[in-house]
Amino acid sequence: MTTYNDFVIRFANVNGSGSASANGMFAKALFRMGVPISTHNIFPSNIEGLPTWFEVRASGRGYHGRRQGVDLMVAMNAETFEEDVAVIVPGGYLLHDNSGGLDPRLDRPDVNHIGVPIAKLVVSEYTDPRQRKLFKNIVYVGALAALLNIDFDVITGMVSTQYRGKDELIGPNIRALEIGRDYARDYLECPLPIQARRSDAVGDRIMIDGNEAGALGAIYAGATICAWYPITPSTSMAEAFEKHAARLRVDKDTGQHKFAVIQAEDEMAAIGIVIGAAWNGARAFTATSGPGLSLMSEFLGLAYFAEIPAVLFDIQRVGPSTGMPTRTQQGDVLAAAYASHGDTRHPLLFPSTPGESFEFAATAFDLADRLQTPIIVLSDLELGMNENLSDPLTWDDERRYDRGKVLSREDLDSIGDFGRYMDVDGDGIGYRTLPGTHPTKGAFFTRGTSRDAYARYTEAAEPYTANMDRLLVKWQTARTLMPAPEIGRRRHRVGIAYYGTTAVPMAEALHDLAQDGVRLDTMRIRAFPFPDAVADFIDAHDFVFVVEQNRDGQMRTLLVNEAGADPAKLVSVLSYGGLSITADTIRERILKHFDENNLARLTEVSGGQARRT
Amino acid sequence: MTFVAKPEVHHPQLPLNEIGLNRRDYEGLVSTLCAGCGHDSVSAALIQACAELAIPPHRFAKLSGIGCSSKTPNYFLGNSHGFNAVHGRMPSVATGANLANRSLYCIGVSGDGDSASIGIGQFAHIVRRRINMLYIVDNNGTYGLTKGQFSATNDKGSTSKRGVPNLYEPIDLVSMALDIGAGFVARSFSGDKGQLVPLIKAGLMHRGFAFIDVISPCVAFNNHNGSTKSYEFTRSHAASVVAADFVSPHEEITADYGPGEREVVEMPDGSRLHLRKLEEDYDPHDRAGALTYLQQAALDGEVVTGLLYVDSDGTDCHEILDTVDTPLSVLGEAELCPGQAALDGINAGFR
Ligand SMILES: Cc1ncc(C[n+]2csc(CCOP(=O)(O)OP(=O)(O)O)c2C)c(N)n1
Ligand code: SF4
Ligand SMILES: [Mg+2]
Repeated sequence: MTTYNDFVIRFANVNGSGSASANGMFAKALFRMGVPISTHNIFPSNIEGLPTWFEVRASGRGYHGRRQGVDLMVAMNAETFEEDVAVIVPGGYLLHDNSGGLDPRLDRPDVNHIGVPIAKLVVSEYTDPRQRKLFKNIVYVGALAALLNIDFDVITGMVSTQYRGKDELIGPNIRALEIGRDYARDYLECPLPIQARRSDAVGDRIMIDGNEAGALGAIYAGATICAWYPITPSTSMAEAFEKHAARLRVDKDTGQHKFAVIQAEDEMAAIGIVIGAAWNGARAFTATSGPGLSLMSEFLGLAYFAEIPAVLFDIQRVGPSTGMPTRTQQGDVLAAAYASHGDTRHPLLFPSTPGESFEFAATAFDLADRLQTPIIVLSDLELGMNENLSDPLTWDDERRYDRGKVLSREDLDSIGDFGRYMDVDGDGIGYRTLPGTHPTKGAFFTRGTSRDAYARYTEAAEPYTANMDRLLVKWQTARTLMPAPEIGRRRHRVGIAYYGTTAVPMAEALHDLAQDGVRLDTMRIRAFPFPDAVADFIDAHDFVFVVEQNRDGQMRTLLVNEAGADPAKLVSVLSYGGLSITADTIRERILKHFDENNLARLTEVSGGQARRT
Repeated sequence: MTFVAKPEVHHPQLPLNEIGLNRRDYEGLVSTLCAGCGHDSVSAALIQACAELAIPPHRFAKLSGIGCSSKTPNYFLGNSHGFNAVHGRMPSVATGANLANRSLYCIGVSGDGDSASIGIGQFAHIVRRRINMLYIVDNNGTYGLTKGQFSATNDKGSTSKRGVPNLYEPIDLVSMALDIGAGFVARSFSGDKGQLVPLIKAGLMHRGFAFIDVISPCVAFNNHNGSTKSYEFTRSHAASVVAADFVSPHEEITADYGPGEREVVEMPDGSRLHLRKLEEDYDPHDRAGALTYLQQAALDGEVVTGLLYVDSDGTDCHEILDTVDTPLSVLGEAELCPGQAALDGINAGFR
């Protein structure tokens, strides 16, 4: 039986062999045919020579999460043959280079071997060793086009756009595609029972990674200063900011830049630059990952206490220490929430999709200015570095930046008494003044230590505690401003809470669980401090699964600590091996919990006993 | 220590500068440092220099790290904003502040612990980036605020108050600044206002990174016999190689020089710097020569002061980054947000 637009294909390559662009082209071709896809890069912390994998999942139903089991493996790396052949589903396919026959490590009776003499084909066509290496990748893409029934014109069209301006490369690339396609057509059974076909399921969606979307969000939000220190997986965000700003932020008449990017000497300097710029009135941000967040901690405490609006994107990777730099995790939740010494707490945003990375970037700058405090956007490698389907990015042209409470020269002339840290409005947020505003009014000395409401130095207990208590009032104000959780309530007795990229496989997991007789209400947490709706959701359910990608259930801890949740009601579903959590994992853990605790699977509330919401 | 309000005393006799302000308009709060601390003299020199330059006091941004020295921005220019940041990290905060608003005069005050120990990385990098600012290190060879530990600028063999010698080589921030490309490098002494005030004025007017290492004795912990950062030692071992007189755009030259004794350096704002060579072998435009000279002098136990290097056509980070003339901090949606129409095009690029 032929299935359409429903398969996982994994490319096993050697890092640095030029496979990334060929594999990307393959994925994009499916996308251009209107097939919903998601991609996953599984790469080593290395530039050349180590194994790397690229996975494309086509899902007509639009499931974007990783799925266990590979339908078609393209095994181009002899070093990983054993593990690659092992993950193929029974009855699945293995495309390999059979120039030297079948490698015994690839032998597996229950998979279908598709041999293409890739090396031989390129040797007879190309003489330049570099071309031979690169075009191997293009040849297998050509073969796949025939095997999976991908529109050949879509692929050749992409080659032409990709190499526009370098026209001499177009011909040889198309030739390599044809070699692969022709071989498959002439010598193999084509197409396979797993196939692609044109669809309109993609609609007007785009394919973008979270880092680039976030960088565009920062540009739209009016960020003018980016200071950063290279660290995977955040680097591409700063680079994308610079790339797009160089086009979108140039003065038409003079060609001068309306932005500044500084590659700092370390993460302490990066956040210091951001804080200095924000203190002086610009919107500024940094992008980093766990190790950088740790280094920034002292400064984050300063910014919390001195009340400086700073924006930090933490693209999380596996920790602690340097951990596994190229693998994904949600391990910085607690470190970010409580970064620094003393009593500190920072608002967090948890984007789940590239579109939300864009939106939350803009939200973060408004919140930072409104709340006069650092805002940390917690993304991760999974979201940041993989191109995925996203609704098109949108910007309301009527939207105005919320620069918060900043007094102008005129304001200062008209008000009698100015105290930087006075709570005039009862929301815990004082009025800022920016350097250079007024000749005689509004200047103050910003510091990270003891001071009173007028920013005057004091070590007395009373003004210190009064100030710390006001910061708590501000924290309550923050709760009312943070994005609300996305709640799906059908009055089931059990709920499931998730955030960031654990949301990605959720639709599939929930669908499968429903087949198993387990139906759950859902809550996608989008921000910390938690709006009231978060605690209400937990209260309204017998218990709630909390799905996250770290060992210690950090979000669960935060819910207990900060939303007053009863620990007995929160059941962790955890995955932390470095690959993004799959729907199967979620489903298995939840079923196991039901079985082990002898819980009835059908958990819908019966007729008249619907709970109060 | 609690805040002490400064008595408002009117001083009709104080001279007014070109914008009608007198020296008191450039002062800050009463200092809480030890009586006789060198740092207070540096603050006084800053007050005098800024008043004489007749820059409106609120057009400065004051940045500092942590230490007795870093407290001083509270004691001058009370009408400008200041930022007492974290230990050793003033350079990054100053970098951000300057990038955000290039129209303000940036003054950074740091200590030798702040800049040569915990903050040496940030110090090196702000020099490289040529941030347009005046960076002063109040150099007392000790950690004043934490009560007298040796700092990294303390000379080998110089002793602590209890007579214990420092066993490690010193770091010379002046040599470092020269080496990494600072466009304006000077050393002075808090006890020599006549030298320090013109250097501050010149440093503020210099475009790019201006660095002044000011030997500023700590009377509490490093002013004894055996210290090489005491008043006594500095007075007897300081040797000025180049004197700099600052002449503002409209000012007439009043000093009387012999022929060939001075060189005029034009500053970006039209002011001039009159350099007088006090040491014949010394050329303040020769970076490599200056480094060699300093090294030899250090071996001879001499503290070389004066304007040690000036690059009259200095560039700054904004020029390097080619940013717009308008401060980035005042740009709004109209200038910064590309709008939905541009986003349609961007979306199309991701299809
Ligand atoms: C991260 C950190 N470590 C240590 C300290 C403690 N500390 C405060 S001031 C200081 C030394 C200051 O020395 P210096 O910069 O020379 O200033 P001085 O007091 O001599 O003017 C130290 C170590 C601190 N504030 N922060
Ligand atoms: S301890 Fe030293 S540096 Fe600090 S105020 Fe006293 S004299 Fe000055
Ligand atoms: Mg010191």
